[in-house]
Amino acid sequence: MAILVTPETRVLIQGITGGFGSRHAQLSLDYGTKIVAGVTPGKGGQIFERVVPIFDTVAQAAKETGATVSAIFVPPPFAADSILEAVDAGLDLVICITEGIPVADMVRVKAAMRGSKTRLIGPNCPGIVCPGEGKDSHGGCRIGIAPGYINHKGHVGVVSRSGTLTYEAVWQLTTRGLGQSTTVGIGGDPVNGTSHLDVIKMFNDDPETEAIIMIGEIGGTAEEEAAAWIKENCKKPVAGFIAGATAPAGRRMGHAGAIVSGGKGTAAAKIAAFRDAGIAVAETPSVMADTLIRHIKELGK
Amino acid sequence: MNIHEYQARDLFEKFGVASPRGKMAGTPRDAEIAAQELGTEKIVVKAQIHAGGRGKGTFTNGFKGGVHTATKPEEVRELAAKMIGQTLVTHQTGPAGREVHKVYVVEAAEIAKELYLAILLDRATAAPVVIASTQGGMDIEAVAAQTPERIFREPVHPLLGLQPYQARKLALALGLHGPQSTQAAKLILALYKLFISCDCSLVEINPLVVTKAGDVLALDAKFNFDDNALYRHPEIVALRDFTEEDPREVEASKYCLNYIGLDGNIACLVNGAGLAMATMDIIKHCGGEPANFLDVGGSATKEQVAAAFKIILSDKKVKGILVNIFGGIMRCDIIAEGILAAVQETQLPVPLVVRLEGSNADIGKKIIRDSGLAVISADSLVDGAAKIVAVVKEAAATEAAAAAEAAMAVAVAAAKAATEAAAAAAQAAASLPLKSKGTQPAAL
Ligand SMILES: Nc1ncnc2c1ncn2[C@@H]1O[C@H](COP(=O)(O)OP(=O)(O)OP(=O)(O)O)[C@@H](O)[C@H]1O
Ligand SMILES: [Mg+2]
Repeated sequence: MAILVTPETRVLIQGITGGFGSRHAQLSLDYGTKIVAGVTPGKGGQIFERVVPIFDTVAQAAKETGATVSAIFVPPPFAADSILEAVDAGLDLVICITEGIPVADMVRVKAAMRGSKTRLIGPNCPGIVCPGEGKDSHGGCRIGIAPGYINHKGHVGVVSRSGTLTYEAVWQLTTRGLGQSTTVGIGGDPVNGTSHLDVIKMFNDDPETEAIIMIGEIGGTAEEEAAAWIKENCKKPVAGFIAGATAPAGRRMGHAGAIVSGGKGTAAAKIAAFRDAGIAVAETPSVMADTLIRHIKELGK
Repeated sequence: MNIHEYQARDLFEKFGVASPRGKMAGTPRDAEIAAQELGTEKIVVKAQIHAGGRGKGTFTNGFKGGVHTATKPEEVRELAAKMIGQTLVTHQTGPAGREVHKVYVVEAAEIAKELYLAILLDRATAAPVVIASTQGGMDIEAVAAQTPERIFREPVHPLLGLQPYQARKLALALGLHGPQSTQAAKLILALYKLFISCDCSLVEINPLVVTKAGDVLALDAKFNFDDNALYRHPEIVALRDFTEEDPREVEASKYCLNYIGLDGNIACLVNGAGLAMATMDIIKHCGGEPANFLDVGGSATKEQVAAAFKIILSDKKVKGILVNIFGGIMRCDIIAEGILAAVQETQLPVPLVVRLEGSNADIGKKIIRDSGLAVISADSLVDGAAKIVAVVKEAAATEAAAAAEAAMAVAVAAAKAATEAAAAAAQAAASLPLKSKGTQPAAL
């Protein structure tokens, strides 16, 4: 068992007929992921690429196809509504790829989701990959926009706010012969559905995950919270990296959530919290996997 | 996005947040007229820039303070003349300061008490929070650090919004009673409405004052708007002042590129914000200084990449470029084509190191290889960073050596010229039988 999804997970895609959604739906199909339905209001009854039925609503799609997870590729003005629709349909997991959702929309969505059984990942995230057994990890569950071939099935859990930095970490692991249990991109927005800590707890409980790479960046205090928990509770070796040490204060560095404001959310504070928690800190993003490998050796695990 | 204080005042008026009357002026003459129209006994003239700390700032012409009080319209004109067209340096502008194009001419309030009020989004709880303090007019970060008990926080339920009882609680925390408490509560509720209606990420009033007449007024306003929500606020987008922004950042935003100018000389072009930050960090780690942050986003086109190159190269400090692409959404062949287009257009005056990995990386690398361009290829991020830092340092060293050589050449030429002149002089002297025997050239 990996976390959140398995290669058997049945996935629907909201916004499957858009340029972005269709491209990545196709890539996921090519990867062997069970993309079983698409949702585009007004296009129900059509078939995506001759294999995936399209529905008008998420509820219909879930009922007809048994999909339990959704990936959202709809434009920012409609994304909050799409998330709420997926929650209302009772899905287990909603992964919102969309970048640029107003933060006020996410604040309301998050409040409305309290008490529901649905977990949200993202928004503004690359999604999840649970690598498969085939060549280039084919046959796995790829939800979102990550390149499939860089992954490799194995026992390292990866969690990150940034997409491309995640690919770096995964590729480093794969080229050093270390596979991944699950890779989770939680997204670069200030308000997101799932935190570093949420994912770390899942990795800690997952028998298939033996070690963890946690990637953070400036802004907020989510990394510090995760580190504090790891210090007390985590049974597995963790290596980490924080991006943004050279970022000027008060400026938003691409991600809506990557900003040092009022002296809070600095890379230095996060790195200090990592060190204090016994997390091995990679000096550069080029040595994330190497740092983990060394750390595992040092711990003798 | 930020706005000016005078624009914030218009929003206050629209939402019923009490604040003194004022007028914006772009010339000293208009400032004088504005003062006449206001017709109050005391008037405050405030430099309008998108940075705080104006009151304690200094103009580069030596004039102290971006906030001044006057009693006569002529005086207002004189003050405005010392501010408009001048550069104001405050602790928030950096040493370069900001040029003042406008002043805000506003009724002076008779201040009895200065308070602090702000609403912002608290990331940790994913909810708005209202912050109030009796320690107004000062640096609130210092208050938070030294006397945290003086800062009162009231979290707001995102779906219910700020409730009247919460506004009353806040008024009490501000030490206000009776009619003042009622006024303050009303102002706080109006401010919350403004915060939500305009998709603000921060509204800060410092100072919020109680006047000697007992009124509660907002004397200053700092706004931040959520850029992601601007699409639904054309009226706020219209308030954007491009003169307050780095022209390179303005240009970048036209192409939907995320660019932030920095002070170093090694530029970078990266896909993905996290990787872009990490690329800056690794340039520094390898002994270089990053010239910018640049995230070309997840699905950049050839045109965007070409535009990104031009923006990077418009920074004359740039002595080298590192392109770092890990293709997820972004396809490396598109980047490669964009690089070629840009190189053809810009002639590439500085060294370029390219690192491509991910989707279609092989095709991208081949496109660059087949182009015959002098592009240095890198295999990993650290390899790329090390290479660009080395190349830039080498170029600087060569330049220094060339400069030294040139200086040497000049020196030699000068020496030669001097020798010749001396020889000529000696010859001339020798031809004068009564003067010295011309030993001077040998002494040189
Ligand atoms: N309309 C006014 N009437 C009376 N006094 C004023 C008025 N506006 C400002 N002041 C006084 O000037 C001080 C500084 O003004 P203000 O807060 O607007 O600028 P600042 O704090 O220097 O700049 P910033 O807020 O941008 O950091 C205030 O604390 C207040 O004492
Ligand atoms: Mg102020």
